[in-house]
Amino acid sequence: MLEPMGQKVLLSSKEIHIILHRLACQLLENHLDFKDTVLIGLQPRGTFVAQRLKKILKEEYRVKHIDVGFLDITFYRDDFRRGDKTLSATQTKIDFLVEDKKVVLIDDVLYTGRSIRAALTAIQSFGRPSEIELLTLIDRRFSRHLPIQPNYRGRQVDAINDEKVKVMWEENDGKDVIYLIGR
Amino acid sequence: MGELSVQHLLGIKYLNKKDIQLIFETADHFKEVINRSIKKVPSLRDITIANIFFENSTRTKLSFELAEKRLSADVINFSASQSSVKKGETLIDTVNNILSMKVDMVVMRHPNPGAGIFLSKHVGASIINAGDGAHEHPTQALLDSYSIREKLGGVEGKNVVIVGDILHSRVALSNIFALKLQGANVKVCGPKTLLPKHIESLGVGVETNLRKALDWCDVANMLRIQNERLDISYFPTTREYTQQFGVNKALLDSLDKEIVIMHPGPINRGVEITSDVADSKQSIILGQVENGVAIRMAVIYLLASKIK
Repeated sequence: MLEPMGQKVLLSSKEIHIILHRLACQLLENHLDFKDTVLIGLQPRGTFVAQRLKKILKEEYRVKHIDVGFLDITFYRDDFRRGDKTLSATQTKIDFLVEDKKVVLIDDVLYTGRSIRAALTAIQSFGRPSEIELLTLIDRRFSRHLPIQPNYRGRQVDAINDEKVKVMWEENDGKDVIYLIGR
Repeated sequence: MGELSVQHLLGIKYLNKKDIQLIFETADHFKEVINRSIKKVPSLRDITIANIFFENSTRTKLSFELAEKRLSADVINFSASQSSVKKGETLIDTVNNILSMKVDMVVMRHPNPGAGIFLSKHVGASIINAGDGAHEHPTQALLDSYSIREKLGGVEGKNVVIVGDILHSRVALSNIFALKLQGANVKVCGPKTLLPKHIESLGVGVETNLRKALDWCDVANMLRIQNERLDISYFPTTREYTQQFGVNKALLDSLDKEIVIMHPGPINRGVEITSDVADSKQSIILGQVENGVAIRMAVIYLLASKIK
């Protein structure tokens, strides 16, 4: 398939499919019936991963009920007033308490770790979880600003700082594919 | 989403439609935040805000202070009655002294129209007008429109009547600007003596018959008679005013539709509206107060993002 200049396919639709199934199995291994576990997708793009995982777990592994919420971290970010643009929020939708629950934070790309730091603070507004884990589809190695590592990772990538990882979803962008975009 | 076109919120007159849209969308998120069990976000932890009130206020002052605290800003409060203003200090000196203590934003209420605009030209902080004389009260108008949007799904094309003392009301003027900007149809209603001359030039209709106004409208915003600003008699007696321009349950029930009743507070129960109307299902008065915090958080957040 021809791709635009400077853009390389990191994961194809089929690879994404396989990886999501593996991640679902790993979650299942640790959380079984998801009775005390909730999945929290980080806005804006971690929500797609969370919803896909929920779908796989329910349809293919017969998990009866999984709580999935969406968390927006805009108001918890540490770069307020540090860029030129106003930080715009998106919807938070968590209609259950996370008190004493095992929370799995879910994002598409783990890069500096700052979003996760903000999410760790933000989730406290909804209670005190008994445990927090991190699942990420793409883990950009060697680019962390904070001591944060995922418990579940889809694919580890060595990308240099100028490069960008772009995750596209069928329901939002027309197809499942992950690109590595160069300078 | 983008950013506000202004550095200060001095009046609705200086905003555009996109600004209002952005404030409402941001307020939606803050409304969700203030309904959590932990109602606070850390966004503004490095911002200090001074609330400077040269005129009395309960609701607005509390609402601003709460909004600032929910955003984790540091807050200092100042009221003119307990200050050096009494000793002859000028407005600019007062504010500059406060700003020397490294304050980033000033929320000000002042009895003189244009006080906020004047201040914004002379000091370096971001200014939010919390009411300047009979001129503007922008956050009140924003929360009023936001409440209409929430209740009726939108503001555009809705018929809104503002009833009462239009002449002395900053709420009326800001509401007219905000509603017109969003495409609502606006009428004012009250005794002729309390309607400013040439108010039609703002694009609003004038109605002196309350019944006709209520028949026409989807929303009635009831204003209080501002006795403290009435230097002469504008109507014979309060009782006569109530008979002509007060809304009661019988009047509401006689309309062939259910209209929304709003009031910016403070209410003079039994004068502009009766208690059973104020506490009825049609009234969204307490919803307005809740929305006030979310709207003020949005305004403060968006203006603070522009402080470098």
